[in-house]
Amino acid sequence: MNPPTVGTALDALEIARWQFGITTVYHFMMVPLTIGLGLVVAVIQTAWHRTGNPEYLRMTKFWGKLFLINFIMGVATGLVQEFQFGMAWSEYSRFVGDVFGAPLALEALLAFFVESTFLGLWIFGWKQLKPGIHLACLWIAVVGSVFSAYFIIVANSWMQHPVGVELVNGRPVMTDAWAVFTNNTALVAVPHTLFGALAVAGGFLLGIAWYHLWRRRRDGVDTVGADGKVVPGEADIPGRDRTDHKVWIRSLRIGAVVAMISFAGTALTGDLQGKLMFEQQPMKMAAAEAACHDGTGFSVLSVGNLGSRNCDDIVALIEVPGILSFLAKGNFTTEVKGVNSLLDQYKADYGTNLPDNPVYGERAGQEIEYVPVMEVTYWGFRMMIGFGGLAALAALIALWVTRNGTVPESRWLMRLAVFGILAPFGANAAGWIFTEMGRQPFVVAPNPDFNGIDQVFMFTAAAVSPGVSAGELLTSLVVLTSIYAVLLVVEVKLLVKYIRGGVVSAMPELAHAPVDENEDATPGPDGPGTGDVLAFAY
Amino acid sequence: MELLPTIWFIVIAVLWTGYLFLEGFDLGVGMLMKLFARDNTERRVLLNTIGPVWDGNEVWLITAGAATFAAFPLWYASLFSALYLPLLVVLVALIFRAVAFEYRGKVDNDSWRARWDWAIALGSFFAAFGVGAALALTTTGLPLNSNGDREGGPFAWFSGYAVLGGLAVAGFSLLHALAFLALKTDGNVRHRARGWFVRLLPWLLLPMAGWAVSIQFLDGKPWTWAAVAVAVVAAAAAWFLAHKGAEGRAFMALGVFLLLGSASIFGAVFPVVLPSTVNPEFSLTISNASSSDYTLGLMSIVAAVGLPLVIAYQAWTYWVFRRRVSAAHIPEAHSFLPAVAAKAFTTKG
Ligand code: HDD
Ligand code: HEM
Ligand code: HEM
Repeated sequence: MNPPTVGTALDALEIARWQFGITTVYHFMMVPLTIGLGLVVAVIQTAWHRTGNPEYLRMTKFWGKLFLINFIMGVATGLVQEFQFGMAWSEYSRFVGDVFGAPLALEALLAFFVESTFLGLWIFGWKQLKPGIHLACLWIAVVGSVFSAYFIIVANSWMQHPVGVELVNGRPVMTDAWAVFTNNTALVAVPHTLFGALAVAGGFLLGIAWYHLWRRRRDGVDTVGADGKVVPGEADIPGRDRTDHKVWIRSLRIGAVVAMISFAGTALTGDLQGKLMFEQQPMKMAAAEAACHDGTGFSVLSVGNLGSRNCDDIVALIEVPGILSFLAKGNFTTEVKGVNSLLDQYKADYGTNLPDNPVYGERAGQEIEYVPVMEVTYWGFRMMIGFGGLAALAALIALWVTRNGTVPESRWLMRLAVFGILAPFGANAAGWIFTEMGRQPFVVAPNPDFNGIDQVFMFTAAAVSPGVSAGELLTSLVVLTSIYAVLLVVEVKLLVKYIRGGVVSAMPELAHAPVDENEDATPGPDGPGTGDVLAFAY
Repeated sequence: MELLPTIWFIVIAVLWTGYLFLEGFDLGVGMLMKLFARDNTERRVLLNTIGPVWDGNEVWLITAGAATFAAFPLWYASLFSALYLPLLVVLVALIFRAVAFEYRGKVDNDSWRARWDWAIALGSFFAAFGVGAALALTTTGLPLNSNGDREGGPFAWFSGYAVLGGLAVAGFSLLHALAFLALKTDGNVRHRARGWFVRLLPWLLLPMAGWAVSIQFLDGKPWTWAAVAVAVVAAAAAWFLAHKGAEGRAFMALGVFLLLGSASIFGAVFPVVLPSTVNPEFSLTISNASSSDYTLGLMSIVAAVGLPLVIAYQAWTYWVFRRRVSAAHIPEAHSFLPAVAAKAFTTKG
């Protein structure tokens, strides 16, 4: 039998996994901002449509611009995702195609078409379309992105919790589409992910609005009166008027409220997810807690070599009895199985060694490592909750601090608010890394004694494309990672540029026309000579 | 008896044809950014003809890929993994192209724009070429073993057909874009585009005609031979109509060429979806590569509702943006504003 190769040179499988992880996490930097900001902009434009308040139009234009700069990166990186299953994971695609392809195809047919077409109408249709229809286009695009989240998560959830299939000649064949599309794993993961996306949008609004309010104070445009309340002022610069103050303070409030609500939402749905996962993938959750032995205690801090995947040298320093049982079962006394006893169970159910089958390549016959990398699951889980919680707490404080209509003059607080934008991104990334790595060594995880289907599973080691060489995979890993790095720099630079420019960067008409409060009637002219053919020009 | 797989073979052929028809002209417009447009205003005219629609067009590719995954997982797995490096090139090309459309005008600086223009032009060319090569190879075959995996290393897919298919789609896209610009723009661009169209048509369609005809020699059936013949007639009609200045009808005639050319190719290879050049027994066909009837049936229902809907609202988009674009419509570049505003802020402070 081969010696274990963990830690030795990168082979095709390891590279393919790195590539999938990197490209997907990267895609998921853009996705939550697209979903979350899309929803927020749609609500704001609706408010403008209803009230005609000019600050809502400005908010729509400004946040809409940032939304578009980000959206395009979601599109560009999503393409890689769609191709990648066939390119790098052909055995996986052959195995799951009958069930897994359907949600992907439906996502494209029912969601991506809607998103891309109606967003095109929204961007270019400011003048061609009646205001109500123009607004409807944005809503349709936003609903499309929610549907796309639903479909892709149905696909992902099937890998976490296979349902609705029967094994025919060793391959799962769909027998119950309803079960697949109402997979209980997906039904909780979808709202959880959507709340996670809103958390990102909330932090984004809060941080950027804070920056602008701070700048108005620093530049002496806004002052604070004797009663502690803000006195908004006007500067001699396009778009830096009193309406501008309203734009930022409203954005800040909306952002803070969204951040708090969405954290509550992720916590509620996350709790449901946790309870499901304790049943469906007990090993993942035991590893999330670094819970080696059966018990009821929740670890607040565990130390030792979490990466060793060996339970002997892990010590729980602080443990709260009962809480683990509460997380898993909703009471304080039921014993939850730890890694050690689960290990025996997994070995008995799925074998101790990979079968001697060519699909496993060099790994055929190797011993199977059932314990996920605990460093990742343990800290991933805590970072997800921790970053999300911090952002929500910060939002609460921000609401209090700005109750008089502006922010303090402190540069440090401003920096904190701006860097705080990253926290919900971190929470989302940590959540996915935990979910996906906690599922290892399976790519399709078996679900011991729960209503998932136990014998439908696939080891990650069997999923990679047998005909593709490590060299090819390495090439794409290097190429894609470098391109992503460059594009990230470009995207962030553009975002920063437009953020610093403020509303006028998204509404050049503010600089052309004398600024008055009539802009609500119809969107201002888009510059000389536009006629009504192009409302927005590349 | 093989009813559902046959239907899905047709659906996928329709998706690819729809992709080539729609993204054909926006890929071509992308290439023309460097080949045809003379100055920044003309480039912006070009970009704004496809601005509202190119992303929707690209989804036809995503849908073709995903539908292949769902309906013929073995075809998807073998084709995509065998063509690993060429598809990587397509991905890189599409990534740069997409980002370039959005970011090009966001900084008012010539070298910034020039760089993104290259990204658009090269991205469009390589995407068209790569997709064409992949489609040609799925009709002429790849060295696949009994499991459907490529033998012979990272470049074993290479053949003359890859080049022919690549040129076919790139050439068609260029021509289609000229027809589209003649239809969608006004003034100088319109007239030059029509002139180029008339002059270049025979050369740009030659590779696609060559591909269609050589497939007929390999697997042709009487009706697919007939389709090729009608396609050639349609091309001649397109030339004649453009010559006479009937831009709309020339565009439609070119569409008919594509439709029939594509039907002749897909029709000829049917029921094989991906031949193996190692051993014909390893070839993938609609029966040994397809999903279960249950999955195909489910997807048929969704596609029967969804696809007409997509076509309807995309057609509506083209209707909304039906006006011709010309240099006079292009507003001055605004993108200097953020910089100005940012500077104003800091100097004030
Ligand atoms: C929770 C939501 C979510 C998740 C988990 C994923 N995506 Fe995504 N994806 C979106 C939500 C989304 C989105 C917000 O809907 C995007 C962003 C831009 C867009 O058009 O839709 C998107 C874009 C997007 C696109 C481009 C669509 C276009 O051109 O308009 C593709 C092809 C994919 N995704 C495919 C995938 C695949 C194969 C994934 C699995 C690994 C994946 N996405 C994870
Ligand atoms: C968008 C959010 C997602 C993120 C951030 C994410 C993250 C990751 C990460 C980090 C890995 C590497 C795990 C490892 O190698 O140990 C991975 C693997 C993988 N994920 Fe996900 N994932 C996401 C969504 C999905 C979805 C929606 C699907 C399916 C539709 C999926 C399918 C896979 C597959 C096939 C692998 C490769 C096999 C493996 O290494 O486990 N992922 N993902
Ligand atoms: C008390 C708070 C939270 C709890 C209890 C919780 C719980 C969970 C659990 C158990 C999973 C794994 C589900 C699985 O394995 O399929 C998960 C995944 C995830 N979490 Fe959370 N979470 C919380 C907060 C957050 C926050 C604040 C965010 C982001 C802002 C977030 C984002 C995610 C994401 C993106 C995933 C992966 C996708 C998914 O399966 O839904 N979570 N969470």
